[in-house]
Amino acid sequence: MTTPRFVTWEPSIAQTIIDEFKAKPGALLPLLHAIQDRFSYIPEDAVALIAGALKLSRAEVHGVISFYHHFRTKQPGRHIVEICRAEACQSVGARGLEAYAKSALGVQYHQTTADNNITLEPVYCLGNCSCGPSVRVGNEVYAEVDSRRFDELVNSLKTERVEIL
Amino acid sequence: MTYCIHVPSDTTAKALGADRVARLVEFFAEEHKLDMKVSRNSTRGLYWIEPLVEVDTEEGRYGFGPVKEGDIESLFTAEFWKGNVDHPLALGLVEEIPYLKRQERFTFSRLGITDPLSLEDYKANDGFKGLENAIRLSSQQIVDAVKESGLRGRGGAAFPTGIKWQTVLNVESPKNQKYIVCNADEGDSGTFADRLVMECDPFMLIEGMVIAGLAVGATQGYIYCRSEYPLSIENLNQAIKTAYENSFLGANILGSNNHFDLEVRMGAGAYICGEETSLLESLEGKRGLVRAKPPLPAIVGLFGQPTVVNNVLSLAAIPFIMDKGAKAYADVGVGRSRGTLPFQLTGNVKFGGLVELAFGPTLNELMYDFGGGTRSGRPLRAVQVGGPLGAYLHESQWDTSLGYEEFAQKEAVLGHGGVVMFDNTVDMSEQARFSMEFCVAESCGKCTPCRIGSTRGVEVIDRIRSGENVDGNLNLLADLCETMVDGSLCAMGGMTPFPVQSAMKYFREDFVKSTVSTANTEEL
Ligand SMILES: Cc1cc2nc3c(=O)[nH]c(=O)nc-3n(C[C@H](O)[C@H](O)[C@H](O)COP(=O)(O)O)c2cc1C
Ligand code: SF4
Ligand code: FES
Repeated sequence: MTTPRFVTWEPSIAQTIIDEFKAKPGALLPLLHAIQDRFSYIPEDAVALIAGALKLSRAEVHGVISFYHHFRTKQPGRHIVEICRAEACQSVGARGLEAYAKSALGVQYHQTTADNNITLEPVYCLGNCSCGPSVRVGNEVYAEVDSRRFDELVNSLKTERVEIL
Repeated sequence: MTYCIHVPSDTTAKALGADRVARLVEFFAEEHKLDMKVSRNSTRGLYWIEPLVEVDTEEGRYGFGPVKEGDIESLFTAEFWKGNVDHPLALGLVEEIPYLKRQERFTFSRLGITDPLSLEDYKANDGFKGLENAIRLSSQQIVDAVKESGLRGRGGAAFPTGIKWQTVLNVESPKNQKYIVCNADEGDSGTFADRLVMECDPFMLIEGMVIAGLAVGATQGYIYCRSEYPLSIENLNQAIKTAYENSFLGANILGSNNHFDLEVRMGAGAYICGEETSLLESLEGKRGLVRAKPPLPAIVGLFGQPTVVNNVLSLAAIPFIMDKGAKAYADVGVGRSRGTLPFQLTGNVKFGGLVELAFGPTLNELMYDFGGGTRSGRPLRAVQVGGPLGAYLHESQWDTSLGYEEFAQKEAVLGHGGVVMFDNTVDMSEQARFSMEFCVAESCGKCTPCRIGSTRGVEVIDRIRSGENVDGNLNLLADLCETMVDGSLCAMGGMTPFPVQSAMKYFREDFVKSTVSTANTEEL
């Protein structure tokens, strides 16, 4: 499990990213991805910089950010745990898993645990539909996740796992 | 001699532990002082035996699976690298496994065989032969071949691909710029075939897109891939880089005067961005609001220019057609559904995975002969085909032949070929509620029947589920569904009622029971 290495907000870093992307046709989406990948969210200050560079109003940039589920304007927990709540996973127990995860973590969707370790998000299909219920943590997908496997997963996120093999 | 061991590397194999299996095999090989090479090939798509470890032998590849971490030691004790050995996980020659042998792998012929990022592997297995043929033809000849193949768009609407291409070929571009856009948004639950193309055989998609460019005179392509598929994006980017370095992309493709550039763009978690006009808006950097048609994207598409928008599977079928011939493709199938469809067997299924077949067999054959029934072992009760906007099919409909028209006759859709199976613990009023709830979460918000109707739909179903004026509310729900079907701008609002209506029609008992559990249905 690799912990994403996000950096704290720094306008000059954002400006470098913006300069790299702004000339692309349809630059806004790749640009927002790049900003979020670096800072873990899209800070208000970045919106102003982006709007200026792309000659858009801040409202327009906000409109785009809020349209897409993937983009967020608040810093998340250290790990983002996404539970698939689409049909194929439902058919093998995803509803039960969702309920278990919420109570085990003590949060609802879009919330972060008190220790700031995990932000819980719903996701609609991870393309792992033959082997659900599916959970994604960062870029890793886990198959056939029941409450026991969910606990193991969450435990492994509490401590940085040492790779022995 | 070097023993070659193959361990798959696609998302699902990894999700089932393939990475750790691969590392353990390497570790044990060292312990045993064996000259052993572990290659990370693609998956066969036979997910019930993943991780499937294969070894090269003189008779072919021998398989062991599903291999869990704890099995590695005994595999080494049995000297599994020799192939035909006594071990409980031994599966024999992989190509002889009936599930695989009975398939017709036109598009997925390399699946599980090659290393996804190896250009040599791709070329050694018929890769880029279609492009070599296409480059010698005129644009019109390529379009004609695609028409003759009978290929219809695999993304859902099943519109003939050749006719779409002809439109783009014929139209003048004001800026002398046309585009090929690959719709890789694959948002449907129960589907993963696009992901398999991108993760496991990315050169095939590149080849298909270059040929599409030649066919309509487009020099720029975009692959719009959903953000839920990071490995697809990674592999595509790697393959694109290799293709540029080897003159399959860029200027003077294969020494000809043709030019084609290709770039991957990442979506941002919006189902509606799979709808082609919404996708174009998103590619332009805007909110993914659906555009009214006409004009068709073929005429006024990306950045206002003529644009081919095709699904991954449609484009991935092109190299086969240009290599083996339009007739070879058109020769199989049923009625007006020609060629093959990679069906995806998912949900509560015992033997889940990818099943590429010529159109024609029945849903029952797919679910039982391949799928082996449910994973839970309980009776199968409902099947949703064609994604979250597809109808739920009842047992009386399962002998329907897998073809676009055949399904339409049953008020169902094949869509992208995703088959989601449910056993008899399913509560169909809960599934109907979810369809509406999904529309609330994913509607682009442009039109009222979809935006407001779906919210009302959730409320009405909640009242039904709590036993409140059930008959009256069922009538209300039926009316609401009709309004959404008739009054929505796109198929999101227009088809969300399909699963709801089918659930009401065929599983009515789940709506009229007096007490139902409302657990786990709280608002998002
Ligand atoms: C709500 C909605 C979602 C869609 N999602 C997808 C998708 O994820 N992938 C796809 O290829 N087509 C999707 N489509 C169909 C596309 O609009 C379009 O028909 C298709 O990309 C055309 O390519 P094809 O002719 O190769 O099928 C969707 C349509 C609607 C209405
Ligand atoms: S039907 Fe729904 S998703 Fe489609 S255009 Fe209307 S509001 Fe948008
Ligand atoms: S439905 Fe959960 S991974 Fe596809």
